[in-house]
Amino acid sequence: MAEPVLKIEGISKSFGALKASDDVSLDLVPGEIHALIGPNGAGKTTLIAQIAGSLQPDRGRVHLEGRDVTALDTVARARAGLGRTFQISSLAMEDSVLQNAVLGALGARQKPLGLFARVMKDRDLTEVAMQALREVGLEEYAKFRVADLSHGQRRQLEVAVALTLQPHVFLMDEPMAGLGAEGSAQLVPLLQRLKSRAPILLVEHDMDAVFQLADRISVLVYGRIIATGTPDEIRANAEVREAYLGEEDAA
Amino acid sequence: MISREGLINTALVFGLLLVPLWAHFSDEPYIVTLSTRVAILALAGVGLNLALGLGGLVSLGHAMFFGIGGYAAGILASHAQSYTPLFEWPVVIEGTQFMPVIWLVAIVASALVALLTGALSLRTSGVYFIMITLAFGQMFYYFTISWPAYGGEDGLSIYVRDRFPGLNTLVPIQFFGLCFAALMLALVVVARIARSGFGLALNAARQNEARVRAVGIEPYRLRLAAFVISGAITGLAGALYADLNRFVSPAMFSWQTSGEIMVFVILGGVARLFGPVAGAALFIILEEVLGGMSDYWHIWLGLLLLIVVLFARGGLIGLIAGQARRDSAGEGGGHG
Ligand SMILES: Nc1ncnc2c1ncn2[C@@H]1O[C@H](COP(=O)(O)OP(=O)(O)OP(=O)(O)O)[C@@H](O)[C@H]1O
Ligand SMILES: [Mg+2]
Repeated sequence: MAEPVLKIEGISKSFGALKASDDVSLDLVPGEIHALIGPNGAGKTTLIAQIAGSLQPDRGRVHLEGRDVTALDTVARARAGLGRTFQISSLAMEDSVLQNAVLGALGARQKPLGLFARVMKDRDLTEVAMQALREVGLEEYAKFRVADLSHGQRRQLEVAVALTLQPHVFLMDEPMAGLGAEGSAQLVPLLQRLKSRAPILLVEHDMDAVFQLADRISVLVYGRIIATGTPDEIRANAEVREAYLGEEDAA
Repeated sequence: MISREGLINTALVFGLLLVPLWAHFSDEPYIVTLSTRVAILALAGVGLNLALGLGGLVSLGHAMFFGIGGYAAGILASHAQSYTPLFEWPVVIEGTQFMPVIWLVAIVASALVALLTGALSLRTSGVYFIMITLAFGQMFYYFTISWPAYGGEDGLSIYVRDRFPGLNTLVPIQFFGLCFAALMLALVVVARIARSGFGLALNAARQNEARVRAVGIEPYRLRLAAFVISGAITGLAGALYADLNRFVSPAMFSWQTSGEIMVFVILGGVARLFGPVAGAALFIILEEVLGGMSDYWHIWLGLLLLIVVLFARGGLIGLIAGQARRDSAGEGGGHG
């Protein structure tokens, strides 16, 4: 197997008596979608937060492209190539859709932000931003205020902003939540295309999408990874069926 | 096409320019002086508005910068008047009554103090930030009261207004022209900043800090830079205010001054480029009209402020231009 782009080792995190991450190790190799599934409260978002740097683990290490980034904060990890989407849309609500995307392109450029030049007239930035909006199907809404978007459109914008970052790794926390069947159907081919640009760690509850997309699946229950394997292996895994998949496996 | 807010802004600029011109030719120097006050206080508000409106930084310490600018003018002028140097060692530094130098000193000194106080206070947020900026301002206030070298409680007088090359600053309309020009320049600078990449990121950090971090931009540094520029602009206003009154006193540093600067911003409309201009003008008009009728006019001001905060968050400009908050980073935004 190729060198992993992202590798986490022995991550543990407790909130009081609750073990939200319990000795979690996993990796992400080039070109793959690695899905992280598990019931509500299993600790998926907590894990993503520790990989992205917004939450410090009690123990364990995070390696990005062979470099130990455990000591780096969110900003430094984003600059090192982590592109995160939030489970709960995290956008500048008063700004336009395009402005949010331009903000991503601006951050990704990693140059001085500019104090006097009009940022929305910067062709390099607006082109990256428009391209990302096109990919998620939001180009017609470029001038809308984010506050005026539907919930599903905000989820799409969340993905678009991550695209503008041109990251080395995508960390996606339930990008399809609230999208509806049609929205999910639109996002599945996009993620399929994206994974060749950068591998994706995908947290998702939509099992159809997960089994369609994932090259590997890890199952998280009570903060522990109870199984990792190909979709077929996970489907066949008795412990997983018992702990989690249950009736959904009927599909 | 000019938006409604654009029309209001244009009207404000022409109003602020034409009223004192009219007063000048009708021989009403008092109104020229009032207009000059509006311009200077608006300038102080434009400074605060960059931190408050765009950055979301509720600073109750901007009197600090206003006072530093004022004392920069007062101290330099007092040394020039008494022909005693400020320092003799390691190099001799003389006082001056030359405005461009005074302004530069006011701007640099306020920016430096903003850098230091901002570096500390911006590690906190919310109520703590308000309290810390307030505390820094009060430190300066008590320091100037107890520092006898420059008049202590009594303040300092500037016997002859400082000079500007090519102008006679003693003529009210000429001094007004200087203050008006400074205000316009600051408005242009702030407008440019609001539409820049820095402004976009700063404004986004006010709305959603996690988003800005996730794209690899550190909100703390944005805010610190905004605080410094903001302090420098308010500092310049302080220097002009000293020359308007030909007097500086610890009152410039008082928390009431910080509060008043914030009142201009809120009355006019937070994050509206011309909000502080409208706010300062309204404040001075109210002070003149209501203040003439009753010594307790602040009660009415308070009531008005309450109404604005409760029912017209966009302030005066928002009320006339429509409620929707103009997206300060420019293009895009509204779609209807
Ligand atoms: N900051 C915190 N303080 C205390 N407990 C927390 C904190 N963050 C998360 N938790 C708890 O940790 C557990 C894991 O939460 P997390 O959000 O990671 O779950 P999740 O797998 O993402 O769930 P979901 O599928 O509902 O999004 C939950 O029980 C949650 O209540
Ligand atoms: Mg979650």
